[in-house]
Amino acid sequence: MKAERKRLSESDGATSVLVVLMGFLVGTILVALVGKNPLNMYKALFQALSGYNIDNGRMNVRYIAETLNYSVPFILCGLSMGFANRVGLFNIGGEGQYIMGLTLAQTVALLGPQIPVLHWVLAILAAIIIGALWGGVVGILKAKYEVSEVVSTIMLNYVALYLSRIICLQLPGATTYKTANFPKTALIENTFFQAITHNSLLNNGIFMMIVAVIIYWFIMEKTSLGYGMRATGFNKDAARASGIPVVRSISISMAISGAFAGLAGGIVALGSFKYGRVLAGMDNYGFDGIAVALVGNCTALGTTLAGLLFGLLKNAQALMQGKQIPKEITFIIQGLIVIFIALRSALKLYQEYLDKRQLQKEVGVK
Amino acid sequence: MSEYAIEMRGITKTFPGVVANDNVTLQVRPCEIHALLGENGAGKSTLMSILFGSYSADNGQIFLDGKEVSIKNPSVATSLGIGMVHQHFKLVQNYTVTENIVLGMEPTKRKLLDLKSARAKVARLSEQYGLSVDPDALVEDITVGQQQRVEILKTLFRNANTIIFDEPTAVLTPQEVDELIEILRKLRSEGKTILLITHKLREIKEVADRCTVLRRGRYIGTVDVADVTEQELAEMMVGRAVKFEIDKPEQEAGAVVLSLRNLEVADSAGIVKVRDLSLDVHEGEIVGIAGVDGNGQSELLEAITGLLPLSKGSIILDGKEIDRCTIRERIEAGLGYVPEDRQKFGLVADFTIAENSALKNYYHPVYKKKFGLLDFNAMEREANSLIEQFDIRSAEGAATMAGSLSGGNQQKVIVAREISLSPKVLVVAQPTRGLDVGAIEYIRRRIIDERDKGGAILLVSFELDEIMNLCDRIATISKGQIVAVNRQDEVDEYQIGLMMAGSQAEVAL
Ligand SMILES: Nc1ncnc2c1ncn2[C@@H]1O[C@H](COP(=O)(O)OP(=O)(O)OP(=O)(O)O)[C@@H](O)[C@H]1O
Ligand SMILES: [Mg+2]
Repeated sequence: MKAERKRLSESDGATSVLVVLMGFLVGTILVALVGKNPLNMYKALFQALSGYNIDNGRMNVRYIAETLNYSVPFILCGLSMGFANRVGLFNIGGEGQYIMGLTLAQTVALLGPQIPVLHWVLAILAAIIIGALWGGVVGILKAKYEVSEVVSTIMLNYVALYLSRIICLQLPGATTYKTANFPKTALIENTFFQAITHNSLLNNGIFMMIVAVIIYWFIMEKTSLGYGMRATGFNKDAARASGIPVVRSISISMAISGAFAGLAGGIVALGSFKYGRVLAGMDNYGFDGIAVALVGNCTALGTTLAGLLFGLLKNAQALMQGKQIPKEITFIIQGLIVIFIALRSALKLYQEYLDKRQLQKEVGVK
Repeated sequence: MSEYAIEMRGITKTFPGVVANDNVTLQVRPCEIHALLGENGAGKSTLMSILFGSYSADNGQIFLDGKEVSIKNPSVATSLGIGMVHQHFKLVQNYTVTENIVLGMEPTKRKLLDLKSARAKVARLSEQYGLSVDPDALVEDITVGQQQRVEILKTLFRNANTIIFDEPTAVLTPQEVDELIEILRKLRSEGKTILLITHKLREIKEVADRCTVLRRGRYIGTVDVADVTEQELAEMMVGRAVKFEIDKPEQEAGAVVLSLRNLEVADSAGIVKVRDLSLDVHEGEIVGIAGVDGNGQSELLEAITGLLPLSKGSIILDGKEIDRCTIRERIEAGLGYVPEDRQKFGLVADFTIAENSALKNYYHPVYKKKFGLLDFNAMEREANSLIEQFDIRSAEGAATMAGSLSGGNQQKVIVAREISLSPKVLVVAQPTRGLDVGAIEYIRRRIIDERDKGGAILLVSFELDEIMNLCDRIATISKGQIVAVNRQDEVDEYQIGLMMAGSQAEVAL
């Protein structure tokens, strides 16, 4: 049994690629079925990826920059899910941690000291810390009192949403949907990027994301903290019997997991908007992060690649609509990818069933 | 009709880095009990997995009654009348016996699940083969031995003619082993062909007709069991002379290092399993706890190591009270532990040997580099030295996943790690369960070496010969209490057996 598992996980990378291809294949068929030209879908995707518009031969790097910018929260929320998952936890709370990060970043942006650099650094730090707290609480509840992290994170997602509304409605210049504009010192825009990408929204958040990916990899694979966490995730009993502080591992991992999602919230707040938002609903990056981590097998590299793919799909939506392709097709492709990942084991069972039928025919068993 | 019910010819199977089976031949006659013997990692389970369709061979042919077959997966094996009783049972705890048996092949009567006739069939089979299993009992309520019989019934229910047993006796108490041997005989007399993997030479002598020996993946030979002695079998399998009894120099025990005082321990369900138990272990002695499985041994050890809380009493290790310490503090204080359930508590299967060898001290300065970095090279060096010292056989050396090791080699990894930490007290549970005679000799040798170096060892074993062989003093446990503590030379197996059964009064010492 163990050996079986090993063999599966060895081919995980290949499986993910296969699954993504299958998602696109079915998506293509669906587009054709509703009477649209699938080629247009690929043109849109290609343009979002390379900036090159095949129809009129024009190049615009802004599309590349937007794809990257969209990927940032996907990747960070993927890391959030992935980090907890490697310790054996299922963190559905990425969304709430993201919302809290976004809210605190907005608050510090509007109320904090307007000193260049320091201002946005404080806002981002606030986002990271509140995300870590929001996740850490779940970890402590789980580790100390055995409260299921699935239940507590789902509840905390709603608490976060309504708390965010309460806080943001108190902020300067708040209306029902937005606050006053942020002071310039709070923004994480990158004028160089803006200059070379025709005013895309790509901002310094991408550097923070890259640092986060490296930290993720570093903690997990290189440090003794990560070693203890991986041991806990693989075999909690053996970890405990070996003296690894399992309770601490679980709490810390949830806190770090939350920090990634909180950072995502901070970056979206300060990078993609010039004003604070009073959220009416969830942004769903936290939930999409679950899919990103699953496709990326919870590794640093895999999650980054999967996040880029999700960013690409999101950026391609508007382009698709311009080409009469319903943008919902991107959600369908994402959904298919997740379903196929889940179906892996089912496919194997089906194969066994087929083999059995085949043999019964051959041998003539009743 | 061909001479052989099963014939495997020229079977070769390689895993990355190892040839698990190298041109192996196996010829099994109808209605015989055919034993498969070999060291840990010799390739027995692999060969049986190929026969059962869990693995596919790289090369070779399989014939059933002279007809060549291709067994692509276990469902094919099942429909060809081959059943397997795995070492780790695959039962659903809160289902009844019958439900477990029909699981995966629910019989249909006009598409409806017909549990009633299934139950009748289970009852009939149980009767026919003398299994005495209650079809309506919940699996969680029955003993390990009975669970194994449920697995046997499962194969019979699917009309198996050939049943493969992979180390069936490793999980059984001595009484259950005797019962299983009866069952095997019954199965043979009812016309079943049996393939039996076991490391116990005594069992082979007692029940098997013929025996095929493998060594390091190669076929060594097949013998009629009646023609050979246990010693000869052991030599065939290991390739050298093997000592069954290990010399143990007389040695004066030193000061008390581990002192258990009036312990009371409840299991995780809150039932008191250990009552008012006191015991001392001295420097340089091995104290054995003899008893039937389930008399509080596991709970006692888990309380000592910190996996279970203590309800009453105190534990003193080298003068220091440790019963309020965390598990890590106990390890730091010098407590080593070779757990009974090595897969669950001893190893992380998805870690390499190197990572497993550092499981208890990965935070020590030896493994530390700057910035909280772990020194994986140091881990690998440590693992390589353990691999060499303990003769751990693996496909890719220190980088081998622990989960892909054979049982004996997994155990060697654990024992190697624990001994390398030079503990003051080593708590050992069932150290040689499922191991081949070569490995058993080796592990017992290392435990005695630890004692000779002045270590204090507390050993739990359900096998009396192991207790008699290794221990200086023997504490017999029954219903969570120590019935008597004797020096090894004061008692014999028979007296211990009586005390284990709780009849202290009948033993006049
Ligand atoms: N899935 C696997 N992947 C890699 N190597 C494997 C795998 N399964 C077994 N091996 C290796 O093949 C060899 C034979 O293993 P096998 O489990 O068949 O031995 P065994 O005779 O059953 O030993 P034991 O008595 O310890 O159960 C060993 O070296 C083992 O490490
Ligand atoms: Mg085996």
